Amino acid sequence: MNSGDRASKMTTSQLRELALRCRRHIVKMIHAAGAGHPGGSLSAIDMIAALYGNQLRFDVDNPNWDDRDRFIMSKGHASPAVYSILFEMGFIDEEDMMSFRKMGSVCQGHVDMKWTDGVDFSAGSLGMGLSFGLGCALAARMDSSDRNIWVMVGDGEIQEGQFWEAAMAADFHSAGRLNLIVDRNRIQNDDFVEVQMEVGDVAAKLSSFGWDVREIDGHNMEQVSEAILWSSTKTDSPTAIVAHTTKGKGVSFMEDNPSFHGKAPNDKELEMAMGELS
Amino acid sequence: MSAPSTGGASRDGYGSALLRLAEDPRVVVLEADLGKSTKSCLFREANPERTVSLGIAEQNMVLVAAGMSSSGKIPFASTFAIFTERGFEQVRNGVARPGLVVHLCGSHGGIHTGTDGSSAQSIEDLALYRTIPGMTVIHPCDDLSAEELTIQLLHHDRPSYTRTARNKTPRMYDEVSCKDLKIGKGSRLREGSDIAIIACGVMVSEAVKAAEVLSSKGIEATVVDMHTIKPLDTELIDDLVETCGGIVTAEDHSVIGGLGSAVAEHVSYTGGVPIRMVGVSDRFGESGEPEELMELMGITHGDIISSCESILS
Repeated sequence: MNSGDRASKMTTSQLRELALRCRRHIVKMIHAAGAGHPGGSLSAIDMIAALYGNQLRFDVDNPNWDDRDRFIMSKGHASPAVYSILFEMGFIDEEDMMSFRKMGSVCQGHVDMKWTDGVDFSAGSLGMGLSFGLGCALAARMDSSDRNIWVMVGDGEIQEGQFWEAAMAADFHSAGRLNLIVDRNRIQNDDFVEVQMEVGDVAAKLSSFGWDVREIDGHNMEQVSEAILWSSTKTDSPTAIVAHTTKGKGVSFMEDNPSFHGKAPNDKELEMAMGELS
Repeated sequence: MSAPSTGGASRDGYGSALLRLAEDPRVVVLEADLGKSTKSCLFREANPERTVSLGIAEQNMVLVAAGMSSSGKIPFASTFAIFTERGFEQVRNGVARPGLVVHLCGSHGGIHTGTDGSSAQSIEDLALYRTIPGMTVIHPCDDLSAEELTIQLLHHDRPSYTRTARNKTPRMYDEVSCKDLKIGKGSRLREGSDIAIIACGVMVSEAVKAAEVLSSKGIEATVVDMHTIKPLDTELIDDLVETCGGIVTAEDHSVIGGLGSAVAEHVSYTGGVPIRMVGVSDRFGESGEPEELMELMGITHGDIISSCESILS
């Protein structure tokens, strides 16, 4: 399927249903693996569903199509979010998805372009994705291609200095096809971001670096869709969507709970989560 | 092989090669402020639209190069050898792990860099990049060989690191003989069956000088320019083990992890001959003229000679 040729776009309600299915996949695959990162997958999935559902140009039958849009998941530990959408879009099958983190699986612990069709970046070490996306955007411009480059980072991730090197360079090079989404879920590995090292007013910081920025509720599908459309149509400078989200969104006992940054649900928690995600 | 003549620095050869590579529209050049030093400025002047300036930000440069590689470009990114190390984990995780073909060049490698002092003298870069799976590591000895080997990178399907040197060294090749060089194949500059000297970079001319002195003493040495540290030409080393009474390695690099280590690791499997390493012992450099520093660090042709003699005695 070339999503660019889709006859009709998904409605907001369809996008919500897509995100809900993905949430179920996320919790199930992490439970099956006995390890993984549910919190940041669940905070990011509404934006990812909206991107794949309506925006990204790709071809499932030709995952390496040169002119596809790129989705660079820089917060690579939230790989279950990516695998859930790749399953929904048809890049991988259920068996692939449920073999997450198992030896030989195409679904490696952190997203890896070498292992999985439809993955555009090998993540796992934070702070690198925006630089990679900038490289993709500069190459696209040299090729006179209108492909869009989307990069998703976490808020703890932007503590990495390299992120700001890339933010400065993207403005200098007027990388208008570069679109950033910051998943501002306020929690990182050890604790809340404000405890570890607060990143502050991310929108103001990016604005001061020359970016066009919008802030949204990252779980409000109307706002998400509108912001993605805005970002995709603005091509004279790099754009950022700072999405305020809830870590673990959709599963009550994971919400805003730092301990579910990188912990799998047990059998009972799986059952409870599935009950809530129905 | 022609007689050594005054030539250029290997960084000059890198710059000349980039200019020639510009014929291929996929080639792009990335700089982190030091283009005038690495000589990528030659490409920039001729092809500004395919040159990306990223300021003093090496980590970003490495991943921008990776992104461009994933989009069909052939990126050549350069800065000082020491500053490439700031992006080491980026090379490991962002370039080599996904198998993206990015060609990284670190100029001003080794203590030969001179008066800038120890902060600028990378003596560990070859060791670092050698540890990364799938990475090719090259260290040419003069401008002509640097140019030829860089040109060959256009069709090289692995990520690579090339170390060039700041200062001029005697030419070991001429315009014709450099065409025989091949990435991954050591180059025999002199034949002798008493001992083998395997050198890289600025130490190749020192090795030749050492062999000439040894010859006057009745000791005949084979001299190999091992311009590719990885993949190592193990076939050639096996042959030297068969035919020579010992091996001396010579590099402007720490004896920990570089050419000497690579040779010793291989010979440890096959066994056979004693090995001595001429290189920087486990210490940092300091400011000084290249010749003074080579003397201080014990990496002159005299040190090669005494290592050879110690094996043969």
